[in-house]
Amino acid sequence: MAVAADDTIPATSHTMRDEMAAFAVMTILLAIVPWTGIYPFFVMQALCFALVACAFNLLIGYGGLLSFGHAMFLGTAGYVSAHALKVWGFSPGFGILCGVASAAVLALFTGVVAIRRQGIYFAMITLALSQLLYFIYLQAPFTHGEDGIQSIPPGKLLGLLNLADPVILYYVILAGFLLGFVIIFRAINSPFGEVLKSIRENEPRAISLGYKTDHYKLLAYILSGTLAGFGGSLKVLVAQNASLTDVHWTMSGEIVLMTLVGGLGTIFGPVAGAFIIVAMQQYLASFGQWVTVIQGVIFVACVLSFRRGVVGEIAHYFRRSF
Amino acid sequence: MQGLYAQLLVGLINGSFYALLSLGLAVIFGMLNIINFAHGALYMMGAFCAYFLLNLLGMNYWYALIIAPIAVGFFGILLERTMLQWLTGLDHLYGLLLTFGLGLIIQGVFQNYFGSSGLPYAIPDQLKGGWNLGFMYLPIYRAWVVFLSLAICLLTWYLIERTRLGAYLRAATENPVLVRAFGINVPRMITLTYGLGVGLAALAGVLSAPINQVRPLMGADLIIVVFAVVVIGGMGSIMGSIITGFALGVIEGLTKYFYPEASNTVVFVLMVLVLLVKPTGLTGRAT
Repeated sequence: MAVAADDTIPATSHTMRDEMAAFAVMTILLAIVPWTGIYPFFVMQALCFALVACAFNLLIGYGGLLSFGHAMFLGTAGYVSAHALKVWGFSPGFGILCGVASAAVLALFTGVVAIRRQGIYFAMITLALSQLLYFIYLQAPFTHGEDGIQSIPPGKLLGLLNLADPVILYYVILAGFLLGFVIIFRAINSPFGEVLKSIRENEPRAISLGYKTDHYKLLAYILSGTLAGFGGSLKVLVAQNASLTDVHWTMSGEIVLMTLVGGLGTIFGPVAGAFIIVAMQQYLASFGQWVTVIQGVIFVACVLSFRRGVVGEIAHYFRRSF
Repeated sequence: MQGLYAQLLVGLINGSFYALLSLGLAVIFGMLNIINFAHGALYMMGAFCAYFLLNLLGMNYWYALIIAPIAVGFFGILLERTMLQWLTGLDHLYGLLLTFGLGLIIQGVFQNYFGSSGLPYAIPDQLKGGWNLGFMYLPIYRAWVVFLSLAICLLTWYLIERTRLGAYLRAATENPVLVRAFGINVPRMITLTYGLGVGLAALAGVLSAPINQVRPLMGADLIIVVFAVVVIGGMGSIMGSIITGFALGVIEGLTKYFYPEASNTVVFVLMVLVLLVKPTGLTGRAT
């Protein structure tokens, strides 16, 4: 399952320094957004998707597992957070916690089923599982079916930060995104991440070395699902609604597309990809159904001639790793 | 009891489509090692092809039954020659991503011109009406769909498992390099296999046109159920795909009668149960 194997850049002594520098640049760029006049709602939305895409990338880029059902974590955490905030009247922090916890539980149960197969079967199973959840949410009363959960009160985070203020909300979302990003970054560069990569490259050999590969895969799956759920919960704070589109398979496809465009198995690729795709949807919204066609064309173009993605191509050009 | 028989029939019809589609997926997977995500979109193209033949060229259902699978099959061959063949040697997942993109393009184009509502397609005169079997009323067209699907499935099974061409095909699935060394044009066989699998999907599309109407999204949700069918059955055996397809259709039909709330989800729940008990699928070999 060596998805990125043919493109792997050998780790050099620069690697860590480059990544740190890129991380610093990204953080500074994102931190000055409120003063640049860029529409903050757009950036916040992109950040939420970027977190989901990074979580997805942890599975495919480092574990070799292509999940076609990551929308289920995004949607589940979104619904649970939205319900907790609106109906139970929880504070934002606690509401997000509920959403993330629900995504973790979902990841545990679906993971036990899904990691029993690899490769394309894994993709089909995760897709089928997310469709199962879609139908459940379609019928469950608390999701309000087609209407979704709307007009969720912003509230005050930790009783101090008024999320109705767009600037404060922006920095809260940014902090959430960076937290998730650092967790993924840390996981990739830990011994756990190394074992994951070895499973991607050659699972039988990893097994023969005594690693219980199923445990590692399940752990990676749960981590990925939980962080995707975190992105989903943050998105509820931004959009102030949770709806069926977040659980639909087209959303899973978009998450895959973001990561593919940015670069599978690159650390910053999913972030770049999320910004590209969200921007595209924003600017091409007037084209209606053609957006789907354009997305399809990007998929095809990426697979045929651009498999490293934007960040992967840049890294390859400079022979560095980002 | 009337209701039960009616739902059983609906189940058999859905089962026919599951069988035809999962059979095509299995045949394609065997040769190309990809899962054809565009299968649902190509199924939809088959139905639209029948619609165009009738409304633009005035050619009736019987012509469509022959022409649509061939036309869409050629379209599939075109896709394989221009794009899919370049993925040989790459990870299987790229095939999945590419065909997913192709599916989006096809569906998006049709949705753009025809919206999301259904276009009617009349049942051909020869198959109108029905038989009263005493215990239930059997519409002739529905019986025809089940009969023809079963016949085509068994024909495909015979072609692959019992003929010389099929033997080449199975050999090339096992070891393409060795088969090429014997002077057999394996790349051409791969192309034709893709055409065959796609043709089967288009045929299912034509069959379903009078029952489900012709809609751009008719294949989108169906294909996910078919994926679950494929996971349950495993893609190791042709007969396995056929039997699993029909059986799951019937189970779905029974669920619609006894517990309608779960009819959308029963196939997925069964998939989970099968994975927990026998991860390789009912007929699958360990991979």
